[in-house]
Amino acid sequence: MAATRKDGAAVTELSGPAQHGVELYRRMLVVRRFEEAVQSLFQKGEVHGTTHLYVGEEAGAVGVADVLRPHDRVAGTYRGHGHALALGVDPQALLDEMLGRETGVCGGRAGSMNVIDLGNRLIGCFGIIGGSISAATGAALALRQQGDGVAVAFFGEGTTNHGYFHECLNFAAVLRLPVLFVCENNRYGEFTPFEDVTAGEIAARPQTLGIPTETVDGMDVWAVREAAEAAVERARAGEGPQFIQSMTYRFVGHSRSDPGRYRKPGELEEWKQRDPLKVAREKLAAAFGVDGAVVDGVDAEVEAQFEAIVERSLAAPYPDPVRDAAREFAPTTS
Amino acid sequence: MADKLEFRRAIRDALDEELARDERVVFFGEDVAKPGGVFAATPGLYDAHGEARVFDTPISELAITGAAFGAAVCGLRPVIEIMFADFLPLAMDGMVNQAAKYWYLSNEQAPAPIVVRSAYGAGGRFGAIHSQSPVAWFQNVPGLKIVAPSTPADAKALLKAAIRDDNPVLFLEHKRLYSLKGDAPTEEVTTIGEAKVVRAGGDLTIAAVATSVHHALAAAETLAAKGLEAEVVDLRSLRPLDVPAVVASVTKTNRLLVVEEGPLTGGWAGELVAQVSEHALGELDDVWRLATDDLPTPYSPPLEDDFLPGTEAIVASVRERLGVAAGA
Repeated sequence: MAATRKDGAAVTELSGPAQHGVELYRRMLVVRRFEEAVQSLFQKGEVHGTTHLYVGEEAGAVGVADVLRPHDRVAGTYRGHGHALALGVDPQALLDEMLGRETGVCGGRAGSMNVIDLGNRLIGCFGIIGGSISAATGAALALRQQGDGVAVAFFGEGTTNHGYFHECLNFAAVLRLPVLFVCENNRYGEFTPFEDVTAGEIAARPQTLGIPTETVDGMDVWAVREAAEAAVERARAGEGPQFIQSMTYRFVGHSRSDPGRYRKPGELEEWKQRDPLKVAREKLAAAFGVDGAVVDGVDAEVEAQFEAIVERSLAAPYPDPVRDAAREFAPTTS
Repeated sequence: MADKLEFRRAIRDALDEELARDERVVFFGEDVAKPGGVFAATPGLYDAHGEARVFDTPISELAITGAAFGAAVCGLRPVIEIMFADFLPLAMDGMVNQAAKYWYLSNEQAPAPIVVRSAYGAGGRFGAIHSQSPVAWFQNVPGLKIVAPSTPADAKALLKAAIRDDNPVLFLEHKRLYSLKGDAPTEEVTTIGEAKVVRAGGDLTIAAVATSVHHALAAAETLAAKGLEAEVVDLRSLRPLDVPAVVASVTKTNRLLVVEEGPLTGGWAGELVAQVSEHALGELDDVWRLATDDLPTPYSPPLEDDFLPGTEAIVASVRERLGVAAGA
């Protein structure tokens, strides 16, 4: 990997874990810059309806996606831009979708909460909590019949009180399906602290069904990756469903209309000390000896990348309502 | 009558043949595999095709339906059973929000080919929450097909067609039809969305599905004795609705009665009447609906019998509406 300084001069040739670490940092940064672009475009009236941003939670999707193979499948949530980008969905096509453009990943039909990109392993993002859990459970049913693929469901801690959670974890456990359940615990279900509405420990719920469960630091991409790698390997080996609780925090409101007044004083600032990008920067230097200038170079590259992406999105055509007169039904081919 | 096909056997045979034909087909639900189904509609499939493809599930309609959707968009063609149609509200998210919208929302990346089999309908003394018709709950959902056969032949052909269809299909089996015997299908697969004229007549069109078709046919015989010849149209599918077939019949008869086993208000009969009126108002001298009162299905036999639009109710409704000579 030819790394460059911010001024464009080549500084070092990275390899092995350092190179990989910088790549993980870059993917998280792409998510962060994407979400910032969405926020900014929302305020300008270019993104419509509502959006749920993944700012602060980037290590979860990036850490998990990094251990997946081409034939694995993932179901994300309505807070799913990070899930999509981590899987390799083109940021341009994703931002075009946010802006309702014809060139969007779903042609502008889906919008922020319902992104689907099967070519990049994303079977969907689900606007109703728990939908991701059942979709991944079913995907695992198909993957098991087709080979050794693993399905992943992302969902928030609020979903652990939903019927889908209880029904599907039992269903998957009984059938020993190759599915990894990733609970992204960002502490708040919409505006309500999860402790206020959740009995007992979340991790105890899968454990009582005999599902191997690990709680990890969701702000450390390497910690998430390590847990995911082991869990996916067990699922792939036929050991049945696996569960990871990733402890994280969203640095923004639940949705665009939420100022986050429910947060405890100082809580946000405290978690920002554990910003996954900050954690990664520190670890790249301390554990992998990566020069800060290299990381600065990545920052500059991604910033330039997004300036161009935003510009192209704003220039992209809207779908033609006449051409969008879609068929109600898929033409049957079998 | 050894060569006659029982309705429940038609269901079983359709599943059996499609499981054998296409390895992507899987079948699961509550009590469907080892026990063979609570209506004895699926015996032997587990033995024939193995537990990887035919299996029993927990009593978890959310999981069954959501998993069917997830499997479908990853390449399988799942058939699931929701034991009683009254349980379909629990399955609704997977059907309505996930499967039915997938083709459109994904910008036609992939369809979600699931078949949701469900036993529905009244007349069995099952009470209010094991007797309903769910058609009106689902007819308003773009992307979802709804089928309700009236004969063993159609049950077999249309279930096979549903399994081969790339779209989600709600396949409704009226529970009063499971023991009905009839001819085997002559066609391998029938296209979903085509109605069938099952009795010709020139004075009145009666449109119906499932058991109501049989009631309409019996009523037509009674009415014929009074000099009124009813044409009976078996819609077979509620979405898509074969409006052209009904319009063609009405063009001949100028009168339309739609019989629906379900509450009058907001029912599918109203939708059919609206569409036929829009397309052929000039052909209509009269149009009306016969459905149930806007009440839950009662349990007590005399209450339930009175509640349902059966043969006698159809005859009475026609005679009252059209002034057919009294005396029969």
